[in-house]
Amino acid sequence: MSYDHQPERAFGFHTRAVHAGARPEPGTGARAFPIYQTSSYVFEDPESAAAYFNLQEYGNTYSRIMNPTVASLEERLANLEGGIGAVAFASGLAAQSSALFTMLVPGDHIVASAALYGGTVTQLKHLARKLSVGLTFVDPDATANWRDAVREETRLLFAETIGNPGGNILDIEAVAAVAHDAGVPLMVDNTFATPYLCRPMEWGADIVVHSLTKFLGGHGTSIGGAVVDSGEFDWSNGKFSVVADPSPAYHGLAFHETFGNYGYLMKLRAETLRDLGGALGPQNAFLFMQGIETLPLRMERHVGNALAIGQWLSAREDVEAVRHPGLPGSPYAGLVARYLPKGAGAVFCFDLDGGREAGQEFIRGVQLFSHLANVGDAKSLIIHPASTTHRQLGDDELAAAGIGPGTIRLSIGIEDVEDLIWDLEGGFARIGREVA
Amino acid sequence: MTDAARYQDPEVIQRVLHTSRTVAIVGLSSNVLRASHFVGFYAARHGYRVIPVNPREKEILGTRSYPSLGDVEERVDIVDVFRAPAAVPAIAREAVAIGARALWLQFGVISPEGALTAAEAGLDVVMDRCLKIEHARYIGRMHVLGFDTGVISARRGTGQA
Repeated sequence: MSYDHQPERAFGFHTRAVHAGARPEPGTGARAFPIYQTSSYVFEDPESAAAYFNLQEYGNTYSRIMNPTVASLEERLANLEGGIGAVAFASGLAAQSSALFTMLVPGDHIVASAALYGGTVTQLKHLARKLSVGLTFVDPDATANWRDAVREETRLLFAETIGNPGGNILDIEAVAAVAHDAGVPLMVDNTFATPYLCRPMEWGADIVVHSLTKFLGGHGTSIGGAVVDSGEFDWSNGKFSVVADPSPAYHGLAFHETFGNYGYLMKLRAETLRDLGGALGPQNAFLFMQGIETLPLRMERHVGNALAIGQWLSAREDVEAVRHPGLPGSPYAGLVARYLPKGAGAVFCFDLDGGREAGQEFIRGVQLFSHLANVGDAKSLIIHPASTTHRQLGDDELAAAGIGPGTIRLSIGIEDVEDLIWDLEGGFARIGREVA
Repeated sequence: MTDAARYQDPEVIQRVLHTSRTVAIVGLSSNVLRASHFVGFYAARHGYRVIPVNPREKEILGTRSYPSLGDVEERVDIVDVFRAPAAVPAIAREAVAIGARALWLQFGVISPEGALTAAEAGLDVVMDRCLKIEHARYIGRMHVLGFDTGVISARRGTGQA
């Protein structure tokens, strides 16, 4: 007899991007994964219902906690990242806050990269204040900064694979070693790299979080997020009683003891998602599944286009700096070669001389680049932070955030690169610069 | 071949799960919050006959509990072990003696000696794996909670929705 699983075969990334989590549904045989547009599920009998609610059996109860379409997406994400499982959320920030909420208690302390996405920084400050959790931001580029910031109460180190918008590349293996020496997990936001360019768990990261809204979804249609767990971190090491101890919300069930290395994810779903909400809807999960099918193809194109445009901008004398970590001479070249050999992402900044006015005018001069506040779309995107996302800041504050008055952020899409360069020339022409 | 590869072979795991009917659980707890109870409850729900082996209990999951494997009065397919690794070699010898077809050692129950004893006697051996999780991975519904089953297949009609 032959069984479903062919153990001798280690399937490749492209194959898994299309198939993982999407076995044909046995009831109908539908090949596209169905959108289970339902809030709730009819139980077979009262005993089954009890078993589901007691977590004694894997079963669907209510779509705030689980949904077959969402589960299909979760399995695919876990498979591609190399984790044991995932929980999807209504946004990347919901995923992040829920990951933290599951593992932290008042008095704990987080060490986080100062180069994190601004929305994440704001969330961390807010959560830390509300939950009485200590928070230290460090310059992520020197491993010693991480080590120096760790305290007795530290329970988590948190950074991005590729920083937004600065393009800082994390030395994942080194920072994971600092975390593990301290007996705490390393959580990495892998949104900008996606598992196609980098899989942080292969370098020691314990938890990976994503905004699915960006490259994974890839088409700018939906908001979503996810938490993926490697299953490698030992939550029973004495520092995480909140994960390891009997849960008053489940009649004294000890998640880590009962579910082993699946315990953190079970708790994240059965307690945090259940209690805080923030569930992803099945329509959005379906769109993310569709997006991921072409993730490897799109990422090849995204990073190729981005590198070509970075090189083109670098060659211009009226561009002060191009902060693309994949360019020759980047301070991150060594880390890119190690962690991102397929490409250093497709979001980067460049600095125009001419300040805020030049930045704003440049935006007026483009017609293919969409002027909006998102990244990771198949379409190329552009924004001038000093007049939009960071407009309340003075020049000194902008500088502290790594943004100049003439900084432009690009998210490079999958269009013809010649057309994108033509379009950027329109921006330069608008501010009176020479067109090559 | 490493022990992990030898005793965690997906083909063997699927064969054992598909062809067995009776599971004797050595170290099955009567405490409903313990992992062993979760596994016993689950196996019984999925049609296996579960035989508790625990000298401190008379009955678990509505079934008579035996003091040892040797006392079990019916044919056993799988001997599933929730005991300290040091206890495994003796349990493996008992499993061979009663004619069991498979020795299954749960998470953390790692005993190369016990595994080898059973394997040399012709039993299928699974080590450091959870019977409930593996059943849920290949036959049951592990995927409904977003766990990676690792199964990549375009075949229809296997598994439960």
